[in-house]
Amino acid sequence: MNYVQIIRSAIRALRGNILRTILTMLGIIIGIASVILIISLGQGASSSITSQVSSLGANLIFIVPGKQIPGRPPSASNSLKYADMLALADKTRMPDLGDVSAQVTTQAEVVTNGQNKNASILGISATYANINSLEMNQGEFISPEDESGYSRVAVLGPDVVADLFGEDAHPIGETITIKSRSFRIIGVTKAKGSVGFTNPDETVYVPATTAMKVFLGQDSVQAILAQATDAKKVDETQEQIIAFLLDQHKITDPVLADFTVRNSKDALSIVNNVTGLLTGMLAGIAAISLVVGGIGIMNIMLVTVTERTKEIGLLKAIGAKRKDILMQFLIESIVLTVSGGIVGIILGISLSFLATRFLPIPFVLQPSAILLAVGVSTIVGVVFGIYPARRAAKLSPIDALRYE
Amino acid sequence: MIDKKPIISLRNITKSYITGSAECQALKGISLEVYKGEFVAIMGPSGSGKSTTMHIIGALDTPTSGTYTLNNKNISAYSEDQLAEIRNQEIGFVFQAFNLLPRTTVLDNVIRPMMYGRVPQNEQTERAFECLRLVHLEDKASNLSNHISGGQIQRVAIARAIVMDPSMILADEPTGNLDSKTSHEIMTFLQDLNKKGRTIIVITHESDIAAFANRIILLKDGLIISDKENNRFIAKK
Ligand SMILES: Nc1ncnc2c1ncn2[C@@H]1O[C@H](COP(=O)(O)OP(=O)(O)OP(=O)(O)O)[C@@H](O)[C@H]1O
Ligand SMILES: [Mg+2]
Repeated sequence: MNYVQIIRSAIRALRGNILRTILTMLGIIIGIASVILIISLGQGASSSITSQVSSLGANLIFIVPGKQIPGRPPSASNSLKYADMLALADKTRMPDLGDVSAQVTTQAEVVTNGQNKNASILGISATYANINSLEMNQGEFISPEDESGYSRVAVLGPDVVADLFGEDAHPIGETITIKSRSFRIIGVTKAKGSVGFTNPDETVYVPATTAMKVFLGQDSVQAILAQATDAKKVDETQEQIIAFLLDQHKITDPVLADFTVRNSKDALSIVNNVTGLLTGMLAGIAAISLVVGGIGIMNIMLVTVTERTKEIGLLKAIGAKRKDILMQFLIESIVLTVSGGIVGIILGISLSFLATRFLPIPFVLQPSAILLAVGVSTIVGVVFGIYPARRAAKLSPIDALRYE
Repeated sequence: MIDKKPIISLRNITKSYITGSAECQALKGISLEVYKGEFVAIMGPSGSGKSTTMHIIGALDTPTSGTYTLNNKNISAYSEDQLAEIRNQEIGFVFQAFNLLPRTTVLDNVIRPMMYGRVPQNEQTERAFECLRLVHLEDKASNLSNHISGGQIQRVAIARAIVMDPSMILADEPTGNLDSKTSHEIMTFLQDLNKKGRTIIVITHESDIAAFANRIILLKDGLIISDKENNRFIAKK
């Protein structure tokens, strides 16, 4: 028997009871739509983080205080000093390192003539703009002299300027107050959009030295950012930094290191692990709805077989073999799940497209997710359709014909 | 006109049904032979075993004991799928009710046996139309089976019954649901087919339907109580 003919007659049978068909497909539609939605949002989130992290460059190296053990929350520590940053920045001692920047952050209210705004205050070195490819819209970035001189100067992100001074304002030379200290504005950065969990447009940059002294009262930094001169030798450079800092901190056993060195590749793999895990968990929950949908299909197919007992008897009388009846009902349930799957894919894509309009996530459509959805709905059709189909195939023609 | 070798040969066929603890013997030893080109009517009161006999002749069911030879093949021991093939190739059925697939066009109903019979797809439509023409229904080919009259349904069933060019047509009360005018129309179609050499077995309650046949077998309580040529038929000869 020809498959095109079977599929045609399956579609005809399903169209014959269209309301029931749609209700039966609902479980599959919802299941597939949520799988597509979750996978595409997960992929979107991870691709946005990936592109942000890789925009930092593959040669970026982070040094954070404290020993970080995978799977445990990072321990807070004061072990990384501003002096460590200065030592690393010394070209004669670390020739393979390019720009090096200290980093401390705090959250504070920024005030100027009656306007105020809550912003994150980033204390950084003069090299930070270069490392993070920050470009200036107005004025200058913080200079090495500002840094060594503990200057009270600030560079503002465009959103901060807009909130405090209004859109398109020229605030260079104006004064802002942070934690009741006044700072002179020397520059405004170009708009960049949010990066991971931070938004440079909402940030106020001040010299790291000033921030440590005025706001935090400490000589330790929260992170050191460094660029390897050669992106291909990031791992080697990372090893050099570890050896250098162990020596600097007078630690002989590397196991006892009081700092952690990571590069953007490591950070990326951590982020991807987390998003992958989350996506997997959510997809697992969606898969349960597919199983429930499959049971619904089995239930309806059993009802269908009973309802169509006489039809099966007739088909057997005119020469249908077991295999023919089996294929007919199996294909009917596959047509049911696959068309449900296709509707689910369209729904899932539309929903994720809509969701990405409102979330800071790009719309990512993975062909593999569609393939997976089609595959899964076919499998659901086979797994949950085989039992009813076998029941139909096993009916004896006489019992089927005499059935009332 | 009548061949020497029988197409159908039943020898001492019995059929018992076991319902719960009671055993019901529907057929108690039926022996009969049907030759090519015969038009046989099987009559008898309700419950006498007419349908059971037809199911066995039609390879829809297997006898409890006895042998059934169809076209020189002893099919008593055939598997279910082998019997399906026999039904497809050798037998055309017309039932009293539920003859056609619902939600399916007349044409597709007639095509169905060819789908199971491995008839090349490009021949199927043409052959179906040929058979529909014989029952004057070629203009209803694209109608859905539930949009035609009872008499037309039986004619489609006849077209479907002959589409595989079987050695016989079995009809179980084909006119049971029809008025007498339409019944006679249907029987005339069957008679025409018989005149062209097809073997036909019809089960009926009504003697005016049986009158179309050239041989009448009477069943009672699972036994043949009479088997003779139709008087009218003899008179005509
Ligand atoms: N599946 C079955 N289980 C039990 N008994 C059955 C079964 N099928 C038929 N019988 C019995 O076998 C006997 C013959 O039945 P059959 O259907 O052959 O009669 P019939 O001559 O065709 O009657 P009718 O004219 O009413 O169609 C009846 O007594 C019936 O009750
Ligand atoms: Mg009967």
